[in-house]
Amino acid sequence: MASQDAVGGRLPGLFGSPDTSSFTEFLGAYSPDALPGRRVLPQVAAGAEEIPHGTTIVAVTFPGGVVMAGDRRATAGHVIAQRDIEKVFRADEFSAIAIAGTAGIGLELTRLFQVELEHYEKREGRTLSIEGKANRLAAMVRGNLGMAMQGLAVVPMFAGYDEVEDRGRIFSYDPAGGRYEEREFHTIGSGSPFARGSMKKLFRADLSAEDAALVCVQALYDAADDDSATGGPDLTRGIFPVVASVTADGYRRLGEDEVGALARSVVEGRYEAPGGPTAPLR
Amino acid sequence: MPFYVSPEQQMKDKADYARKGIARGRSVVVLQYEDGILFVADNPSRALHKISEIYDRIAFAAVGKYNEFENLRLGGVRYADVNGYQYDRRDVTARGLANVYAQSLGTIFTETNKPYEVELVVAEVGESADLDQIYRLTFDGSVADEHGFLAMGGQADAVSQALKERFREGLPLAEALRVAVRSLEAQDSERRLEARSLEVAVLDRNREHRLFRRLAEARVSALLSEEPGAAAAEDEDEGSSES
Repeated sequence: MASQDAVGGRLPGLFGSPDTSSFTEFLGAYSPDALPGRRVLPQVAAGAEEIPHGTTIVAVTFPGGVVMAGDRRATAGHVIAQRDIEKVFRADEFSAIAIAGTAGIGLELTRLFQVELEHYEKREGRTLSIEGKANRLAAMVRGNLGMAMQGLAVVPMFAGYDEVEDRGRIFSYDPAGGRYEEREFHTIGSGSPFARGSMKKLFRADLSAEDAALVCVQALYDAADDDSATGGPDLTRGIFPVVASVTADGYRRLGEDEVGALARSVVEGRYEAPGGPTAPLR
Repeated sequence: MPFYVSPEQQMKDKADYARKGIARGRSVVVLQYEDGILFVADNPSRALHKISEIYDRIAFAAVGKYNEFENLRLGGVRYADVNGYQYDRRDVTARGLANVYAQSLGTIFTETNKPYEVELVVAEVGESADLDQIYRLTFDGSVADEHGFLAMGGQADAVSQALKERFREGLPLAEALRVAVRSLEAQDSERRLEARSLEVAVLDRNREHRLFRRLAEARVSALLSEEPGAAAAEDEDEGSSES
């Protein structure tokens, strides 16, 4: 609906076109430079290595919800750029988003996605379906394809509670904006092969919420064990993974004390068995 | 234009036109209560809202022509989200939003033939009651800074008068709601309002992150049937009242 004030109002763009409830689309018209993926990049291939990268994210479903967790390390080349970065965030009341890849762009993407969901909710008076949210995120990742081709790739993972089907769901992405629904569990980032192997052995269909969190912490320990870019639990500084659950009660980030207790028990167990819990052979 | 019309007459005609349109509808009441700001609209529709969330601490209430204030509401959400995204969430203020609305309404009033037939409230809940901000905007872009309570739309004068007699500072939610509803009933002598025909929302400073919350019909009737004075059992459970 084009309004009359679009002619002489102080902020004409605000009340007029484009007639959309997508924040990203509006911002693209109102202030195009504010969007990641619309910037002109210098034509050099080198340099991307020196920008901080976030690493391993894991997620696992359990009856009635999903748990998502990420380690706390960011690396720039071979240097640890930050040891307490957070890569798992609340997207809205019933979903979580986590990022791996170029940290700066990932954090921007996360912020944009959070506003996108809230903006839609406020304008339309309803929340998007979980598929709708996953698709919006895919479009936003696709918008970053140009930068991904120059080495500044970012790949999110999206998890949420599906109110219609009463279960947790996990979506993964590729840098070109491909969206894939994952069953049971998924991992992304540089330590993901090790974490995925670990989760494969630890996953059960009947996990409790607490055990699902424990599976995540175990998998992150295994990733940190074999991948230099993934940080393990830092007992000396008290830096533990960020663990969040999404259930019918909404998004909840586990408290420092809860995750600390889980991480300590995992480390404790590894004194006895450095490889972690073993699966029965037959 | 065949005849000369003086600017005074032109403005007066436009203002009369807008006032008449606004007085045709039903009233909305905004008042401060113990935990924040309460909004009550005499509005039986579940789909067309007169009260809405703008941002973490800011809400919007309007009377008049729906398509016109809805357009302003949508623009307000954009203003808030753009500023919150480009600066910080704390940098989105009711004062800034009221200014944008004032500019837009003022421009529309002077530069177009048909003024908007709307009256708005932009309210921001503060850390304490004296930091609450309530701005009332009229069809010509005037802004008034309000304290305590206000009524707009429909028989606003009668409702204001009724509010003035009943309002006290720091009322608990149930009592504030009763004050608002009894005052809305002053629109005409036979009016009796029930939860079904009310749209009720709060900005509750004790909540976290997004402080705006709609109160569902069941909650509203429970609050209305609470014994006056027995409001000790102030439960926190606003439950599944998301719109």
